[in-house]
Amino acid sequence: MPVQVRIPTPLRKYTGGKEAVAVDGASIANVIENLEKNHPGLKDRICEADGSVRRFVNLYVNGDDIRFLDNLQSKVKDGDEISIVPAIAGGF
Amino acid sequence: MSFVNGLKCRECGQAYEIAAVHVCETCFGPLEVEYDYDAVARSISRKKIESRPQNLWRYRELLPVESEPKIGLYSGYTPLVRADRLAEAFGVKDLWVKDDSVNHPTFSYKDRVVSVAMTKALELGFDTVSCASTGNLANSVSAHAARAGLRCFIFIPDNLERGKVIGSAIYRPTTVAISGNYDDVNRLCTEIADKYQWAFVNINVRPFYTEGAKTYGFEIAEQLGWRLPRHVIVPTAGGTILPKVAKAFEELVRVGLVKETPWKIYSAQAAGCAPVVNAIHRGSELIEPVKPQTIAKSIAIGNPADGFYVLEAVRKSGGWGEAATDEEIVAGIRLLAETEGIFTEPAGGTTVAVTKKLIEQGRIPRDESIVISVTGNGYKTLEAVLDVCEAPYPIPARLDDFDRLYDSLVEGGRAVALSR
Repeated sequence: MPVQVRIPTPLRKYTGGKEAVAVDGASIANVIENLEKNHPGLKDRICEADGSVRRFVNLYVNGDDIRFLDNLQSKVKDGDEISIVPAIAGGF
Repeated sequence: MSFVNGLKCRECGQAYEIAAVHVCETCFGPLEVEYDYDAVARSISRKKIESRPQNLWRYRELLPVESEPKIGLYSGYTPLVRADRLAEAFGVKDLWVKDDSVNHPTFSYKDRVVSVAMTKALELGFDTVSCASTGNLANSVSAHAARAGLRCFIFIPDNLERGKVIGSAIYRPTTVAISGNYDDVNRLCTEIADKYQWAFVNINVRPFYTEGAKTYGFEIAEQLGWRLPRHVIVPTAGGTILPKVAKAFEELVRVGLVKETPWKIYSAQAAGCAPVVNAIHRGSELIEPVKPQTIAKSIAIGNPADGFYVLEAVRKSGGWGEAATDEEIVAGIRLLAETEGIFTEPAGGTTVAVTKKLIEQGRIPRDESIVISVTGNGYKTLEAVLDVCEAPYPIPARLDDFDRLYDSLVEGGRAVALSR
């Protein structure tokens, strides 16, 4: 069940310059593992050594922050769009 | 020339050249400007600073620009108001309000950060400036861009109040309204910043932008007679200003402009959006994002990028954080207006309300110096207090009508001026 993962510029060197890649997976954790298989090195950029998401990386499923869902266990389904976005401060 | 060495990742320490980059390629951590403080210390002096015009550039040795600034020549150096009537209301002795509600030209602390970001953007050769915003930042970027003659794109959510839209639109930027909330706008802007060669003040020139916030702290110390306050209370949204005020105090000591004395810094948030204060109370390093629900819209950021650095600065100083309910925020706005004649937006009402709490909790002793940060202007957010302000008394233009009204007010105990 492929989902689309949008890749931010600093990580595109791992995806051959592609802005988005299709990956299989039933949860965010699955998706990250499969991303790593297809594009070695990516996981290290997204996660700490212990597997938790880095402090300055935000992950979204169809625009919803995974911390409002089920974090790494958040379920994903065919056609979902995952975004990897560097945390940036607001500017209200 | 400047005293800047370069940029450095705050998380992993990787060094970068000065450029429009804001995240570390390795760990996504934010990049921070590094200075040669020994050289600054040799060059800077109180006398030199005092001889300069009263704007934020008087501290230019500690700002990351190379050229003679052309932007923000009237920004900064806002009043530090001695607040004796508010002090009396709080039962404290030595209280001050740092009043950026009258910052030039758009009445918020954002005029500081935008002045520095835009000066840097010009140095780096950009001809277009931009930002994602719902208010103060967009107002400031639009106004400064107009004066500098720069092309300007503003990105806002499509459901904003009219006042906030007009407050930018009058300066004639190109305004793009995105269907979605602020997070959606910010995410789109990250992608646009990647693709278009524009200076997004809060994205790709952010390391320089945030340095501008230090001038708020520099001024507090200078205006207190070159000393640090014992306690300073700062509102927290994305987490830019609080760590930068702390950095300002540390830098002033480091370059020999003020004596090292103990100080504590406190974070103020709205109860409806208090991810950082929650983490302070839990003793946690993790900031759990929240969905904001508060009238304090200018500080309603549920997912503060620099929240961790707020925690770090607060804890290092021995400070604390508190949250204020919407009712307490409105009461804070009114109290500041009625005691000191300063009309602030809900962010400032939050800081006033939180200061009151910290004093009542005994966290801030009543006999030590306290500075309250007021970072925005109430005339922009009239909706917040529309329902609580007393309506005018309508009368015909006849003296006896006024006499009757006055007598009834005095009898009813409603003549406020007499009770003061």
